[in-house]
Amino acid sequence: MSIKIALAGNPNCGKTTLFNMLTGSNQFVGNWPGVTVEKKEGRLKGHKDVIIIDLPGIYSLSPYTLEEVVTRNYLINESPDVIIDIVDGTNIERNLYLSTQLLELGIPVVMAVNMIDLVEKAGDKIHIDKLSGKLGCETVAVSALKGTGIREAVEKAIVAAQAKAVQTHVHTFTRNVETEIKAVEEKLGDNVERRQKRFFAIKLLEKDNKIAEGIKYPPNVSFEIKALEEAFDDDAESVITNERYVYISSVIGECVTKCRKEKLTASDKIDRIVTNRWLALPIFAAVMFMVYYFSMTTVGVWASDWANNGLFGEGWYLFGIWVPGIPVLLENMLNAVGCIEWLKSLIVDGIVAGVGSVLGFVPQMLVLFIFLGFLETCGYMARVAFIMDRIFRKFGLSGKSFIPMLIGTGCGVPGVMASRTIENDRDRKMTIMTTTFIPCGAKMPIIALISAAMFHNAGWVAPVAYFIGVAAIVLSGIVLKKTRMFAGDPAPFVMELPPYRMPTVGNVFRSMWERGCSFVKKAGTIILLASIVIWAGSHFGMGKDGFGFAMEMELEDSALGMVGKAIGWIFAPLGFGSIKTTIATMMGLAAKEEVVGVFGVLDFQSMSGPAAFSFMVFNLLCAPCFAAIGAIRREMNNAKWFWFAIGYQTGFAYFVSLCIYQLGGLFAGFGFGFGALAALFLCIVFLYLLFRPYKENSPLRLDRKRIAKAK
Amino acid sequence: MKTLKEIACGQTVKVKKLTGEGPVKRRIMDMGITKDVLVFVRKTAPLGDPIEVTVRGYELSLRKSDAETIEVE
Repeated sequence: MSIKIALAGNPNCGKTTLFNMLTGSNQFVGNWPGVTVEKKEGRLKGHKDVIIIDLPGIYSLSPYTLEEVVTRNYLINESPDVIIDIVDGTNIERNLYLSTQLLELGIPVVMAVNMIDLVEKAGDKIHIDKLSGKLGCETVAVSALKGTGIREAVEKAIVAAQAKAVQTHVHTFTRNVETEIKAVEEKLGDNVERRQKRFFAIKLLEKDNKIAEGIKYPPNVSFEIKALEEAFDDDAESVITNERYVYISSVIGECVTKCRKEKLTASDKIDRIVTNRWLALPIFAAVMFMVYYFSMTTVGVWASDWANNGLFGEGWYLFGIWVPGIPVLLENMLNAVGCIEWLKSLIVDGIVAGVGSVLGFVPQMLVLFIFLGFLETCGYMARVAFIMDRIFRKFGLSGKSFIPMLIGTGCGVPGVMASRTIENDRDRKMTIMTTTFIPCGAKMPIIALISAAMFHNAGWVAPVAYFIGVAAIVLSGIVLKKTRMFAGDPAPFVMELPPYRMPTVGNVFRSMWERGCSFVKKAGTIILLASIVIWAGSHFGMGKDGFGFAMEMELEDSALGMVGKAIGWIFAPLGFGSIKTTIATMMGLAAKEEVVGVFGVLDFQSMSGPAAFSFMVFNLLCAPCFAAIGAIRREMNNAKWFWFAIGYQTGFAYFVSLCIYQLGGLFAGFGFGFGALAALFLCIVFLYLLFRPYKENSPLRLDRKRIAKAK
Repeated sequence: MKTLKEIACGQTVKVKKLTGEGPVKRRIMDMGITKDVLVFVRKTAPLGDPIEVTVRGYELSLRKSDAETIEVE
C-alpha cells in the first residue's frame, strides 16, 4: 500500500525547499487538470511507496482563488493519507490560520514549524510540545535550510498515515458559534463523511456555494446563519474568520515567547532603501537593466551566438581546436551513409535548422531564468509589484507584468514564460496576450529592412516600432479589461511582502532547470512540426514536370507560394497582397527573421510608403512565431484562451495595418474608397471600446466547469 | 470614523470594522486584518499607492481603495 503525503502551507513558508529535499530528483512537474496551477508530485527518497504531493501555497481554504480551490478539492476528494502542514515559524500567527482550517478536514496532520533557526536567531522561542497539545496534532521543529527535523517530520507523518487515525479538532470557538456549528452538523446527517462534518458545517455557515455543490442534499442553513449574524452583528463568514484569529492569538500567547527588543532586522534595513520613496524607482530601473543586460546582451548573447553559429552553425573553436557544428557533422554523416538527397535536405535544412534556431535561444533563456529565480526567491519580485502596481493596473496588468515585457524585447518566448510569476489569473492572462506586441530581437531585421528600403534608413523607424508595441499593450489592456472575457470582480491586491532572504544556489538552479526543460520540451516539439511543414511547403510544388519535389524550387511555384496566391487577397486591403509579402508573412510564423529572407531591398520598389509601413506593423503585431505561440499555449493551458489570444493579436494587427494603409493612403492622395471607409468605421468602434465605461463591480464569474474539473 | 487610507505613515491603529464585502473582504480578513488587531502603517509606495502595513508581525501591502474599507481608531 502506498502512502500519499500532501504538503500544505502558506506561500513563502519554505514548502518548495522542503519538497525538493524530500523527493530529490524524483519529481514530476505538471499542471492540475484544466488550470495553470502547477502540480508537483514526487516519491520520498528511499521510500518507493511514499508519494508526496506539493500543494499550491495558499493563505486560506476560501473559494476565491484558483489555488485555493485546487487545494481544497484535492484534500476533500482525493483524501491524502496525511497532511504535512508547513508553518513559517517567523510568521507563525498568520500561518496558523491555515492550520486551523486544515485540522478540520479529518485528515491526520503533522505540523512542521519551519525556519526554526531564524526564530531562535531572533531570540524568540516556540514551545513545540505546548503547541502540539494545544492544536491536537504532532508538531516538529524543522529547518529546511539546515536540514534539521525533516526526517522526524516525515517519519511521524508515515506513522500517522499507517495508524489511519482520524484527526480530531481540539480548537473550539465561542459558545454561540459552536452551537450553530453543531446544529448544522446534525442537519448534514449522512450526507458527508463523519470526519469531514465539521469542515462542511463551517463552510456552509460561511455561505460557501462551491461546497454546497459538492453535497448531494445540501441542508438549508439560513436559520443558523441568521442567528450567527444577529448575535455578532457581522456577516457569518467574517464571524468565523474572526473566531479563528481570536483562537490563534490565545494559542500564540501561551506557546510563543517573543524577545521584547524591537530592533530593525536586516530585511527591514534592505526594504528601507529598496522601496524608499526616492530610491525605489532608480533601483528598480537598475535591477531591470541588469537583468536585461546580462541575459540579453552580454552573457546571453555569447552563449546564444555560440549555440547559433557554433553548435548549430559551421562550428566553433574549443581551446583552439576546430569543432564542426551539428549540421556539418550530420551532413557529413548522411553523405557517408549515402542518404537520399531529399531526406538529407529535410533533416539538415528543415529539422536541424528549424529546431536549432530555437534551441539557440536556450542559453540566453537559462541565464534569464537564473535571474528570475533569484528575484523571486529573494523577495524582490513582490516589491516590483508593490512599486509598479499603480501604473500597470490601469491597463488591467499587474506590476509584475513589467518583467515579461522587458524580457519580450529580447525574445517573446521567455517573456511569455516569465508571466508565471504573476499570481493573479486575469493579470497573467492579460500579460501573456500582450507581451509579444513588444518588438523582439528577431523582429529587428524586419524593421531594419523596411527602414532601409523605404525610408532611407531614417532614424525614427525603430523607435516608432517600439512606440507602436507599447501603445498596442496599453490600448489592448484598456480595451480587453472591459470585455466579457476579463470581466468580473477586481482582484484584490492584498499581497504579502515577504522578508528578504538569500536564496540557496540549489533552489535558483532548480527553478532555472524546470523552466528550461519545459521550454525545450513544449516549444521544441511545435518547432519540429513547423520546420517540417515549412520545409515541405517550399520544396514541393509545380515544377517543370507537374506537381512534385524539387531541391531548387522557385518560391512562387512551391506549395507555400500556392497558398500565398490563394490567401493573398486577405492582405490586399492592407496594401501588401502580393505573393512574396504573403509568403514572407507566413514564413514569419516559423521565425520572424525569415520574413527578411524572402525578399531583398529591390522587391519594395513597387510598394508605396503606407503599404510598406503597414506590412512592417502587421508583422510586428500579428501572432508571434510558432515558438512564442507554443509558449502562449502552454501558459494559457486552455484552448479557448489560447485561440482568443492568437485571434486577438492577429485581429488587432489587421486593424492597425488597415488603418495605417487606408488612412495613410488618404494623406498620400490615393483617394477615398471603400477601404478607407471601413478603416474609419473600425476606428470609431475601437474608440468606443476604449472609452466605454468600465463596470468595476460586475459579479465574479469563475468558470464553474473548469473549477469542477480542477480536482 | 477614520479609515486605514487616511492614516499617516508611522502610526499604529486598531481595526474597528470592515465595511467591504465578498472576496475582497474575505481576503483582507484571511491575511489577518480582523477586528481589534493592531495595524502599523509603514509606508506608501513611491507612486502614492499601494500602502505597506505591518500586521500580526509581517508586512502586507494593499491598495488605498481597499484600505478605505477598513475602519480604524
